[in-house]
Amino acid sequence: MPTQKTIAATGNTVVAEAMRQCAPDMMAAYPITPQTTIVEEFAGFVAKGRVHTEYITVESEHSAMSACVGASAAGARVMTATSSQGLALMWEELHIASGMRLPIVMANANRALSAPINIHCDHSDIMGARDTGWITLFAETAQEAYDNTIMAIRIAEHPDVLLPTMSCLDGFITTHSIDRVCIMDDETVTGFVGQYTPKNALLDIENPVTHGAFAGLGGPFFEFKKSQREAIERSRAVIKDVGAEFSELSGRPFGMVETWGMEDADVAIVVIGSTAGNVRHVARQMRESGIKAGVVKIRCFRPFPYAELAAALSGVKAVAVMDRAESFGAEGGPLFLEVRSALYDATERIPVIDYIYGLGGSDVRLELIETVLNDLSEIAAGAQAPTGLVYLGSR
Amino acid sequence: MSKWDISGLNEWKSDEFPLGAVIPESGNSRDYVTGGWRSQRPERNDATCTQCLICWIMCPDSAVNTENEQVTTFNLKHCKGCGVCANQCPVDAITMVPEGCDLPEVK
Repeated sequence: MPTQKTIAATGNTVVAEAMRQCAPDMMAAYPITPQTTIVEEFAGFVAKGRVHTEYITVESEHSAMSACVGASAAGARVMTATSSQGLALMWEELHIASGMRLPIVMANANRALSAPINIHCDHSDIMGARDTGWITLFAETAQEAYDNTIMAIRIAEHPDVLLPTMSCLDGFITTHSIDRVCIMDDETVTGFVGQYTPKNALLDIENPVTHGAFAGLGGPFFEFKKSQREAIERSRAVIKDVGAEFSELSGRPFGMVETWGMEDADVAIVVIGSTAGNVRHVARQMRESGIKAGVVKIRCFRPFPYAELAAALSGVKAVAVMDRAESFGAEGGPLFLEVRSALYDATERIPVIDYIYGLGGSDVRLELIETVLNDLSEIAAGAQAPTGLVYLGSR
Repeated sequence: MSKWDISGLNEWKSDEFPLGAVIPESGNSRDYVTGGWRSQRPERNDATCTQCLICWIMCPDSAVNTENEQVTTFNLKHCKGCGVCANQCPVDAITMVPEGCDLPEVK
């Protein structure tokens, strides 16, 4: 296994470091809290000549993603980063990047969307963009943010996939907290990500092509969407292979679904992102008082790992889903809808309860997670499951 | 570069199209017949036309046919009926007339 350097750094610092090591040809970015230090530190690498990236300052995120789309169509390896309102402003280009099959890699610092104005963590930005055709990875820690950023390049650029990929980390909690992170040396990352060979590059003047053509008026728009679906389905195998190869190098496990204590769990919490650590901590404590709790963390949200999730949850008596985003008027939050759908084919009907939590950075205290496991324990013992979703810890 | 074969395009399956809706060759708009979009077609009055060729310059679809530097006819396979030629003609020698749907050129 190659040697690694252990450092103390924020999530944003190590995402910028991973981007430098992936050596994109081009980055266009606009600063937005809490993503700012990613692009700030990357701009510093460019200024100091530590990476030979064409760094384009733009007037908005709409322009940032537009420039990234253009550069990627030209044949460049492209990376960028955003958050919240910035991601929302990129909305139309997110669809264009995936429809044009451009393997752009973007970090997203998960943050609430206005109104009211808020700059803190929740997942409403990315969950709003979950149907834009981007492969979406989530990090629990700064380490996972670093690892996911590097893996994202390989996944996005894989010839079977060629889809843009987002690497999400929780705003402030992961982006700004100092964490212990193992960093690989540049040669290892360079070797892992390899050289990008674009298909249909606009700058290949020997083979002129048209990007962004019209496919309406009875044209094959429908077939192009189907091919996107086929590509993201193929990405499941690629994500697993790339994850396994990266694990060999790093010594760190990777799974689209990562479990703790599920071997003998009676009750389980499904969670995404930084809260997973606290949930595992509470689950470990509750086991001492006899509640057999397990934790299922989703590390890849698109494509959604239905089969893996259903397998992980088989045999439990009650499931709580922790949703850090709303889907107003739906039966539950975005993760709840996926989880309950994944369990539809299960032989045993498992009660699934949705807990909306932590919106706009509202505090997720350990005792709140305890109440979730206590609720589950009572439901597993035969108590009536609550109807409707639960706003965890709200007044 | 060999010609991109788009025969049977209307029957192609999702995995037969080029990645990301790319058109993998240049200059093939001549193969894409747009005359069927037209609701009006240009007609040129040879008696008033001065052969200034402004219509030929302005046509966005290069659908003004010429021979020996003289305007002859309109290419009705590609003319979308936008009316730019009639609008630009300095001597009003081109008029737009309502189109039927039975022209053999657009079949």
